[in-house]
Amino acid sequence: MEVIFLLIAISLILAVTFLWLFFRAMKDGQFDDDYTPSVRILFDSHKKATKKQSTKPKSYE
Amino acid sequence: MKKSATINPPAVKCYHCGEPCENENFLLEEKQFCCYGCKLVYEVLAENDLCNYYNIEAFPGESQKSQTGKSNRFDYLNDEETERNLLDFQNEEQSHVTFFIPLIHCASCIWLLENLFHIHSGIISSRVDFIKKKVQIKFSNQKLSLKELVELLSTIGYEPRINLANLEKKQKNYSNNRIVKKLAVAGFCFGNMMLFSIPEYFSETVLIAENFRGLFNYLNVVLALPVVLYSANDYYLSAWNSLRQKRINMDVPIVLGIIALFFYSLWEILIVGNAGYMDSLGGLLFFLLLGKIYQQKTFATLEFDRDYKSYFPIAITRLSQDVEEVIPLRKLEVGNLIRVRNEELIPADSILLCESANIDYSFVTGEEVPVPKKKGDLIFAGGRQLGDPILLTVQKSPSQGYLTDLWNNEAFEKKKDKLLEPLSNKISASFTWIVIFISVSALLFWSFTDFSIAVKSFVSVLIVACPCALAMSTPFTLGNTLRIFGRGKFYLKNASVVERLAIIDTVVFDKTGTLTSPSQAKINFHGEPLSKETKSLIKSLVSKSAHPLSIRINQWLGNISALEIENFEEIKGNGLRAIYKNQEIKIGSSDFTGSNNGELEELGNLVFFQVEGVTIGYFHIQSGLREGLEDVVKALQGKYEIHVLSGDHPHELGSLKAKLGKDIQYNFLQSPKDKMNYLRDLNTSGKETLMIGDGLNDAGALQESNVGIAITDQVSHFSPASDAILSSDSMRSISDYLDFAKQSRNIIKASFGLSLLYNVVGVSLAVQGLLSPVICAVLMPVSSISVVLFTTLSTNFLAWKKGLIIQKST
Repeated sequence: MEVIFLLIAISLILAVTFLWLFFRAMKDGQFDDDYTPSVRILFDSHKKATKKQSTKPKSYE
Repeated sequence: MKKSATINPPAVKCYHCGEPCENENFLLEEKQFCCYGCKLVYEVLAENDLCNYYNIEAFPGESQKSQTGKSNRFDYLNDEETERNLLDFQNEEQSHVTFFIPLIHCASCIWLLENLFHIHSGIISSRVDFIKKKVQIKFSNQKLSLKELVELLSTIGYEPRINLANLEKKQKNYSNNRIVKKLAVAGFCFGNMMLFSIPEYFSETVLIAENFRGLFNYLNVVLALPVVLYSANDYYLSAWNSLRQKRINMDVPIVLGIIALFFYSLWEILIVGNAGYMDSLGGLLFFLLLGKIYQQKTFATLEFDRDYKSYFPIAITRLSQDVEEVIPLRKLEVGNLIRVRNEELIPADSILLCESANIDYSFVTGEEVPVPKKKGDLIFAGGRQLGDPILLTVQKSPSQGYLTDLWNNEAFEKKKDKLLEPLSNKISASFTWIVIFISVSALLFWSFTDFSIAVKSFVSVLIVACPCALAMSTPFTLGNTLRIFGRGKFYLKNASVVERLAIIDTVVFDKTGTLTSPSQAKINFHGEPLSKETKSLIKSLVSKSAHPLSIRINQWLGNISALEIENFEEIKGNGLRAIYKNQEIKIGSSDFTGSNNGELEELGNLVFFQVEGVTIGYFHIQSGLREGLEDVVKALQGKYEIHVLSGDHPHELGSLKAKLGKDIQYNFLQSPKDKMNYLRDLNTSGKETLMIGDGLNDAGALQESNVGIAITDQVSHFSPASDAILSSDSMRSISDYLDFAKQSRNIIKASFGLSLLYNVVGVSLAVQGLLSPVICAVLMPVSSISVVLFTTLSTNFLAWKKGLIIQKST
């Protein structure tokens, strides 16, 4: 039964770790904006996307 | 309506903003643009290879038509002090700044703003927060200044709204984070304490050895410490603050409960050797904080919804290229030229461009003596021009909040007896004492039989009793009513006006400008035919005056340009005078111009036009009743006593009687002072009066009445003396509004009853020790929220039934 001391210690340390991780995530602003990242991840990397679809060479000058 | 008319021909939509293109001048690479601004934005983006902007969403931009960009309007950003206030961070190489850009609305916006570094190499990176509509930009100091950055953003159509008062908002966010942290700690401790308390709940069966029980209890004490010392902090602080001011607020009983529970459990565990209630304490705080956060969120959404101030109907006359246009306050921008007429309010801090002005700051300072100002002086928002119209250039973006605060100035407060609002405040103040009394009695009663039940019922009563449900029913019902009125273009100064509206029994109408409408007026000019120059001359005078008759003549003249005149002067209630080409021009009443009008008297309103003492002719203005008003007055007649006041001659009495009815008391030839006295007499005879006027020559009467409503046409004369502003096209609903105000008073009473019932039931159960403190902690926020929901839903339902809510679409 003495193993229960160890288990309690481990469970508390684990729980405190999660609490600390939560605090850290909050401080880093993980919960501040929960929309923009979902859009941002869908953007193609810039150069390739524009060359194909964008307009012909600038002729307005 | 107007929009569908322009769409009729198959219009090409602007490639940038999607608005129909009215001409084909702005063609580029086979793409149509509606205006030069939109085309320019496209050019900038195309040049930098950022046209992907148009592929993510169709028509992502905002029309640039209304941009009245002055190239120097961002010059103030060069000021070091301003720069320091705006920047989040600065070192030798780079600066960080966060802008609020209201325009952010789609994925394209995010994409473009996060690719800013392609446009200018000085920009290191940028990051958008879509929800808050903010973008944080890191840029290199050497390559780019703050001003250039803002100019860059504004050339691509994303002009940031810069407000130096923004700094306060950061603080608020911080406190919200703190309460989440406290909740996390409470939740962590609560969960673990529950685990260690499990043996207690099975104490009959010997689940584990006796020595573990002791250990678990001590662990519970250790885990309770962060809850009591950290999570409950806010409650101690709030209770202490209220006690220090010799008052008692609703956090005091909660703190009492926490302390009692903690020390009693401590005593049980350390001295008696029992289990105590540490797990209950953890749960209590956990649910209290959870409820608090939820409550804050609920209120914040309602608050946001309730922000009627953003529709605040102040219109401003803006000059662009010598043409006057009337725009709403929120469209006013720094650098705009505005014209402020006699008695009109200065909407924003501005610099005077004319030679002189006479500013009355009585709304701001209470000082009634006007302050003379010279060309180039700065004039603060909230002042009122007396005399000539003045020309100003706006220096600071206008703040609606500031102007509404003026409206709420104490000087215009009215008596509050007979209202429910103060009553509810009184109840919640004495409520706490009653609760403490009941809980102490319960403690004493039970302590003779079972001390653990005694502590439990003591704590339960303290927690379950919720004065907030009582305290919240009034502000939430009234707030929601305010919002519903706001949708119908009926803007109330504050919530207590709703209650005062509900107890009205007498309605007083002003005639000119209220019952009658400028747009319904028939105007004829008798005399020598007017040349174009004369018309322009008349226009230049009347356009400077805010008198209803001047406005009508101005409308009749239509869209012609005005002339430069000198020594303009408005003699209140008489007429206008000015000098043009060394000739004295007078426009006004017969007394003022000295014109003989013997037999003309009967006709109606006459305005004479005179040059150098020679009468050229006169305007004959027949006032027309506003559309639909006859029905309104008839509907009101059954329920209220109705009076009509007018400053005019009684020549229209006959037609008015025929149209509105005979039971109305008509009073003519009333000066503004007479009107005020008339209202005062009605009040002293015990009537609850509602005055409806145009807020110009009846400001005194509006102030004197129990509720004063100012009717506004498009051009609004904001008068802080009024309690409410009603858009003229909503005037036919006024009877509905009055009914609705009555109903919301009933709703308040009903929700009062509801929360009282909740408290009686809850406390009576808690006294018997039937409720555990944790359940009470859950019930408390639930009760407050249910009251809020009840009031909000029932007001919305009643408004919907009355058809008031349909007007949302306006």
